[in-house]
Amino acid sequence: MKIGVVTFPGSLDDGDAARAARIAGAEAVRLWHADPDLHGVDAIVLPGGFSYGDYLRCGAIARFAPVMESIKKAAADGMPILGICNGFQILCEAHMLPGALTRNQHLHFRNRDQRLCMEDVRSSWTVSYESGQELLIPVKNGEGCFVADERTLDELEANGQIVARYIQGNPNGSMRDIAAIRNEAGNVVGIMPHPEHAVEALTGPSLDGLGFFTSVLNHLAGGSAVGSPAHAAEPVEMPVAGSVEISFVPAGANAREVPPESRVQPQAGEETIRPEVPASAIRPEVPVPASAIRPEVPVPASSIRPEVPVPASAIRPEVPAASIRPEVPAAVAWPEIPPAAEGESNAAHQKPSLLGLKDDAEEQA
Amino acid sequence: MARVVVDVMLKPEILDPQGQAVANALPRLGVSDVASVRIGRRVEIEFEGEADVERAREIANKLLANPVIEDYHVRVES
Repeated sequence: MKIGVVTFPGSLDDGDAARAARIAGAEAVRLWHADPDLHGVDAIVLPGGFSYGDYLRCGAIARFAPVMESIKKAAADGMPILGICNGFQILCEAHMLPGALTRNQHLHFRNRDQRLCMEDVRSSWTVSYESGQELLIPVKNGEGCFVADERTLDELEANGQIVARYIQGNPNGSMRDIAAIRNEAGNVVGIMPHPEHAVEALTGPSLDGLGFFTSVLNHLAGGSAVGSPAHAAEPVEMPVAGSVEISFVPAGANAREVPPESRVQPQAGEETIRPEVPASAIRPEVPVPASAIRPEVPVPASSIRPEVPVPASAIRPEVPAASIRPEVPAAVAWPEIPPAAEGESNAAHQKPSLLGLKDDAEEQA
Repeated sequence: MARVVVDVMLKPEILDPQGQAVANALPRLGVSDVASVRIGRRVEIEFEGEADVERAREIANKLLANPVIEDYHVRVES
C-alpha cells in the first residue's frame, strides 16, 4: 500500500508523516505540490506546516497548487485523504471539508500534548479506533480554532462527522471542542493535532497517533469504513508500546527510514566533515543604514526577553548601538507585559491573558 | 492603470481575537470610549487597463476572502 505525502513550499511535518506511514507498514511516496501526478498512491496525507508562509490565510494559496486538483478528483472517487494541521486548513480552504480554521482565541501559539476523545470512528482513517477512546497526541498551532455556522455544526453532529473532540481543555477555542472532522463519505478527514508525532515511544507522548495510519491500511486492505458497520466486529490490533521496534541503535543503522537518495547521515564510524568556515564569512559586512531600522515601531523595553542569550557574534558591530531606535523614550508608558516564557510551557499558561480570556489551563486549575 | 480595492472583513458573528486585543490595549493609551475594534484586510489590485470589477469580485471570492468566515467589498478607486 502506498501512502502519498504532499510537500508544499513551507510544509514542515511531511517527513514525520512519511515516517509514520512507514512505521505503520505502508510505502511512503513523497508527492510534490507542483506535480499533478499522484504516482499511483492509495491514500494521501496533507501534512502540517506553513504552506506558502500562511500568507493571506492558512491554506488559501496551497489550495490552488496543481497537486490539489488531482487530490480533489481522487477524493471525489473515494481516495482516503488526511489533512493534519495545515493540511486540515487546506482541506477547509479547498471546500473539501466544511468550516474554517481561525486564529487561536487566546492568540498564543499552543504547543502541548493534548487529550482527545474519539467520537465517530467510521472514517477511512479511524477504523482502528473505538468510539470513546481517549488519545494523547501533540497539538501545535496558532490558527487551529475551528469555526462554522451553527447550522453546519449541527449537521456535523447529526451526521456523525465529528471525528474527535478536545478533552481536558480546549487548546485553541474551537467551537464545540472540535479537533477533527470528516466529510460525509468518510474518506476525507481533517485533524488539528498531530497523530504523526505520536507513533514512537522515543519521541512521542504515546503511540496513539499510529492508529490513523494503520486504519487507512486496514481500510484499503478491505476493511470497512462508513456505510459498512462490519468494522465494529473486526477488532484491529492496535499498536501498543513495545510492539514497534524501538531501540537505541548506532547512527546510520536506522537509515531504512530515509530514502537512500536523500541519506545525508554519516554511516556509523564515519566522521562528519564540516568545512572550516572562516569567521569572516559569517555575516559579511552589510552596512545597515540606521534608517532601515524601523523607527516607527516602539518596542517596550520590557518586551525584550532577557532570558534569551544573544551570542556576541550575532550583534552586528557596524550598527552603532546609539542608532538603534533612539527615538523611543524608555518612559513610553507601555504596560508591563511579563516577558514571554520560553515556548509554551505549562508555566506560561499562568500569565495573564491580554484578552482577559480565561486560559484553558487556568480553567483546569 | 486602474485600481480596484477589496476590503475583507471577518463576518460579524466570527470572533476577532486580534481586534479584541487591540481594543483591550486602548485604555493604556488613555482611550476609554471605544466599544469595539475589528481588524480586516485591504487589498489593492491594479489592472493594466480598465478596472474590471467583475474579475476583481471573482478574485476576492475565490482567493482573497474565505466566504465561510469573511465578507468582502469591492470598489474602484478613482
